[in-house]
Amino acid sequence: MRFVLKTRYAQDVDFFKHNGQRFWYALLGLFVFVAPFLLDDFYTGELSLVFIYAIAGIGLMLLVGYTGLVSLGHAAFLAIGAYAHAYFMTEGAPFIVSLIGATAVCVVIGAIVGIPSLRMTGIYLAVATLAFAQIVEKVLAHWESVTGGHRGMAVPEPEIFSWSLGTPRAFYFLVLLVLIGALFVALNLLRSPTGRAMIAIRDSEISAQAMGIHLARVKTTSFAVSAGFTGLAGGLLAHKIGYLAPDAFTILISIQLLLMVVVGGLGSMHGVIYGAVFIGLLPQGIAFLRESLPAGIGQIPGLEPGIFGLILVLFLVYEPLGIFGRWIKIRLFFSEFPLYRKSTYKRQKSYLRTERVH
Amino acid sequence: MTLLAADNVSISFGGVHAVRDVSFEVAAGQVYSIIGPNGAGKTTLFNLVSRLYDVDAGSITFNGEAITRVPPHQVAERGIARTFQNTELFEHETVLKNLLIGHHVHRQTALWEELLFLPKVREQDLVFRQQVEDVIDLLDLQSYRDQIIGNLPFGARKMVEIARALCLGPQLILLDEPSSGLNPEETEDLSFWIEDINEELGITVVMVEHDMNLVNQVSDRVLVLADGVVIAVGTPSEIQGHPDVLRAYLGD
Repeated sequence: MRFVLKTRYAQDVDFFKHNGQRFWYALLGLFVFVAPFLLDDFYTGELSLVFIYAIAGIGLMLLVGYTGLVSLGHAAFLAIGAYAHAYFMTEGAPFIVSLIGATAVCVVIGAIVGIPSLRMTGIYLAVATLAFAQIVEKVLAHWESVTGGHRGMAVPEPEIFSWSLGTPRAFYFLVLLVLIGALFVALNLLRSPTGRAMIAIRDSEISAQAMGIHLARVKTTSFAVSAGFTGLAGGLLAHKIGYLAPDAFTILISIQLLLMVVVGGLGSMHGVIYGAVFIGLLPQGIAFLRESLPAGIGQIPGLEPGIFGLILVLFLVYEPLGIFGRWIKIRLFFSEFPLYRKSTYKRQKSYLRTERVH
Repeated sequence: MTLLAADNVSISFGGVHAVRDVSFEVAAGQVYSIIGPNGAGKTTLFNLVSRLYDVDAGSITFNGEAITRVPPHQVAERGIARTFQNTELFEHETVLKNLLIGHHVHRQTALWEELLFLPKVREQDLVFRQQVEDVIDLLDLQSYRDQIIGNLPFGARKMVEIARALCLGPQLILLDEPSSGLNPEETEDLSFWIEDINEELGITVVMVEHDMNLVNQVSDRVLVLADGVVIAVGTPSEIQGHPDVLRAYLGD
């Protein structure tokens, strides 16, 4: 078992807690750096997609995993980010300006959508955000002067200072850079007062209030920041898709995003990455499954959403902490071997909480 | 000097008059206990002070300013911290993080500074951390520092909740049944800590409590409520022999 001797308070603030972590993250960094040189273009592209999902997932994780507000409408922010970015670029804005602009649009819309969340929680909020996503989908389909309606809209090639990022490898590094930046910002937020306030709201609104946390402000902030990250991912996704159409951002995408944060592990940024890898691999897995199943079952049209739903339910029932939670348990098993107690993470009934004010 | 005062405060829920025309004054530096049978309106009174409920009538003043209509989060900003009867901690986080959240009202950083984690944010966090350690030392919570709240025994949770309230750096602390769920030894410790909080840190304490030994040991003044009405106010010894109090507890 590892024991980290702490001699400075700053050690609790820093990202890496000990040299072991530094080593493994350096190794991971090296791997993602050389990966596009070892993989062919198709897999480099798939890996870029995983990173884009991860950026969107960071946003949703802040909202669902850290603030405790459920959203079933995050595909809408992905769509707004993608369309805004494509529109700005078509109008001649440089790539970086356009991407920042698209993110800003999502932040503003996120803050507005966040307002109902001050009154609603749980399933009601999920329904409200779902409705919002439907509205956005309809608007995109009918606002033809900007979005091209059902005909769709072509996305210009990404370019920084007339240096094209259109090749899979260049695009991969662009997305990787944005992902690292997004993780940095999100983790900074989580070690600051506002991030802690979000966590407080997730665990107990009444006591967050008693600690002087302005519920309305923090919830709106959470929505805005969350929408910003997802919109940023949307802007990058636009280049990946190449041609935008309203039916690319359906409820299925929202569910997929939610599936990602739940399967990865709610309440951890590691979970986002695990979830993104999982979601990235899933379509390949399902395609493989289709081929190996008997024709009658393999060709059922709704197989994909069905499997998504089944996985979500199985995780919620058997491993609510997700892949990251499972990894923590496995790690503990080996670090405490042979003394690991199965009941360490057994879900225990919590003590009664104050029920007088709800 | 009067720190907290309620003037003819009333609230009813439907037909139930939970608190009726209650007035009291807590002087700065006192330990003030509120006792009474179950359902007397003690916790309701706390919830009125921390603005979780709106009063139907009457007013509450703190430091001479009316707080009857301020938003709930401003109550903490003005220097009133509280604990809850069955604990309301941030269950999925460590003791350390719970205590850091207690510093929320003292933050001086804007969101954008936090997103970039400028040196200013880091320094602020180190200062908070130093203060958290002082509270941890005061209440002997060292061994729990890095544990998740969900894994702690109930007695420890009660202490963490008091610690979190202290991190707010309050002038007044409201303790809602601090000894419920504690064993006799822990209750004994609690009485010393309440005295420490009051005398060393100079924080005024208002507590709802059932354990009469504890009340007698630490209180300067005692308020007795029954059915939402004040039936007696006085020193612990005055209260013990008060005929109305005996009637409220034991019946005629």
